[in-house]
Amino acid sequence: MNNPQISEETETLRFGQALNRALGDAMRADDRVFLMGEDIALAGGPFGVTRKLLDEFGQRRVRDYPIAEASMVNLAVGAALGGYKPVVEIMFMDFCTLAMDALVNQAAKAHFMFGEQGPVPLVLRTPHGGGLNAGPQHSQCLEAWFAHIPGLIVVCPSNAADAYGLLRAAIDNPNPVVFVENKRLYSAKSEFPANPQPIEIGKARTARSGSDLTIVTYGNTVHLAEQVAKQRADQNIDIEIIDLRSLQPWDETAVLTSLSKTHRLIVLHEATEAFGIGAEIAARMADIGFDELDAPIIRVGAPFMPVPYSVALEAEFGPNAEQLNTAIDRLLL
Amino acid sequence: MPTLKRSAPTRLLLGLYRTMLRIRRVEERLSALFADGTIPGFIHLSIGQESVPAAITHHLTNSDTVAITHRGHGQALAKGINLDAFLAEMMGRASGICQGRGGSMHIADSSVGMLGANGIVAGGIPIAVGSALAHQLDGQGNIAVPYFGDGAIAEGVFHESLNIASLWNLPCLFVCENNGWGEFSKTDDQFSGSLKKLAATYDMDYQFIDALDVAKLSNLAGRMIKAVRKTSRPAILECKVTRHHGHYEGDPQKYRPEEELNQLGGQDPVSHAYDKLITAGIPVSELTELDRQIQAEIDASVAQAMAADHPQFDQAAAGVYA
Ligand SMILES: Cc1ncc(C[n+]2csc(CCOP(=O)(O)OP(=O)(O)O)c2C)c(N)n1
Ligand SMILES: [Mg+2]
Repeated sequence: MNNPQISEETETLRFGQALNRALGDAMRADDRVFLMGEDIALAGGPFGVTRKLLDEFGQRRVRDYPIAEASMVNLAVGAALGGYKPVVEIMFMDFCTLAMDALVNQAAKAHFMFGEQGPVPLVLRTPHGGGLNAGPQHSQCLEAWFAHIPGLIVVCPSNAADAYGLLRAAIDNPNPVVFVENKRLYSAKSEFPANPQPIEIGKARTARSGSDLTIVTYGNTVHLAEQVAKQRADQNIDIEIIDLRSLQPWDETAVLTSLSKTHRLIVLHEATEAFGIGAEIAARMADIGFDELDAPIIRVGAPFMPVPYSVALEAEFGPNAEQLNTAIDRLLL
Repeated sequence: MPTLKRSAPTRLLLGLYRTMLRIRRVEERLSALFADGTIPGFIHLSIGQESVPAAITHHLTNSDTVAITHRGHGQALAKGINLDAFLAEMMGRASGICQGRGGSMHIADSSVGMLGANGIVAGGIPIAVGSALAHQLDGQGNIAVPYFGDGAIAEGVFHESLNIASLWNLPCLFVCENNGWGEFSKTDDQFSGSLKKLAATYDMDYQFIDALDVAKLSNLAGRMIKAVRKTSRPAILECKVTRHHGHYEGDPQKYRPEEELNQLGGQDPVSHAYDKLITAGIPVSELTELDRQIQAEIDASVAQAMAADHPQFDQAAAGVYA
């Protein structure tokens, strides 16, 4: 049976398939685009994102890399300086630590430091996030680190259409882009347009309109916010949700516009709350949005501890609906 | 008493067989507990590779240290981790060796000289070299053993570790469990050099052995460990092993040639040792009884782990800093 809500122009697609399509389309559109990563070619990627791309584009453009993240990302920098557009995959965001020099000291700085002699158009794709009891070294959300580095762009989509559009835009962008994918989203299906286009980096999306309170979030917690907003609608609490999509740069105007409408703000993310994306947004809004605020800005994020392994501990680790509801109650009751 | 008539090599083999069989039976149980959801996350089994930790740890004391890998259950059990605390950790319980915070990829028991398992490929190698530095400073003749897979050889820290271990004469035995695969990729597609040549570059002893025969492996490991202790020169031992299960439990292994999967039976150090023991005159009944004892121990350990409390969140949160 057809879902009446889905128009003829749209289909549904899994998040991971949307990324796969974006990579394929980008490679067809520009033969300077090539891929490197661990187990991405023959095996099609640990989460299947690069499936079948080797068949179409061959080993020249779809490259299995040895387990050597530091050189992999530095090679991408060098290839980008050489006029190519590498898209590299780091299997888990936790392993970005091994490639920090390449990203922070090399990729982020080259354009500025060498007096704008040439851009570094590379994309680093990597999955973040917990909830799989994968333990402290396979569950982290480290995006705030990269958002802190001048010269890097950071994006984090929440659905298939955005995953496609943002990845196309990231590959087209002349700067190094850290492209963050929540692992729990890979198999999630959502609407997908028949003729998908790149989505401008730096532009947020209103995931839900509301008048009582704004939740600013990104990635998988957009769905947590939507779920809670739906429940609270029964109590006549009307929540607006801003899906940031881009974290660096982030859409200050969209957040301020929403705050001017609802006068209450929660920033929600799976990453550690302390010194995080939410801290930046809260600080900015407390400054430029001060006159609009009817209540303190609340952050809801992970506690200040490594992501624990056990089911019992990770369940409480959050962020979860209970913690978000507590924050909503604080603002409205 | 028939046991008195047993030769020293047979007694040795029996001990090694016991260590290997215990690892095998524990991992078979882990496989089942993972399949039924009792163990969450993901686990990497070392079934087929048991001879390496059995042989290595035979020559180590609790003061010698090991850094183990993501495929490290056997390495941990051979080093002497408490089985109750090990299994409770796998189930994420408060009585787990790491209080349920680490799980399979992060088991550690410092009381038996375990520096900890690692979810970061090659992550343990330089840490073990640092432990070797501590041993050198202590001057007690202890050594450090970093275990690593063939996939880890591509990581830069491995090469940096070889250099510093050689430069500073650190008592370190680098033990490679080469199973021919790094996840879903063949070793040959990932590493263009050879450990032998690397060892020569850094002026270290290097030995290669097929780990199918645990007794031979133990002899070689014993000689090398003795030399490392005595000379404080690092060395590399490369062991050819066979990974019987997938990279992780649940891995459909589509990338693996059918004929390789069909030949696993012939590449089993546990059944190889069993056959040799039978040939040496050990009665089947004795080996069956040994197996029964091991299974009984595991049954009891699993039962206590299943009954154990879950960890408290506040307690975990209070444990971030020392
Ligand atoms: C730094 C880092 N990169 C990638 C991974 C993902 N990963 C886990 S195990 C593995 C393969 C390791 O191969 P090998 O060292 O041969 O060990 P084996 O699994 O064969 O025992 C990879 C790539 C990781 N855990 N850490
Ligand atoms: Mg291997």
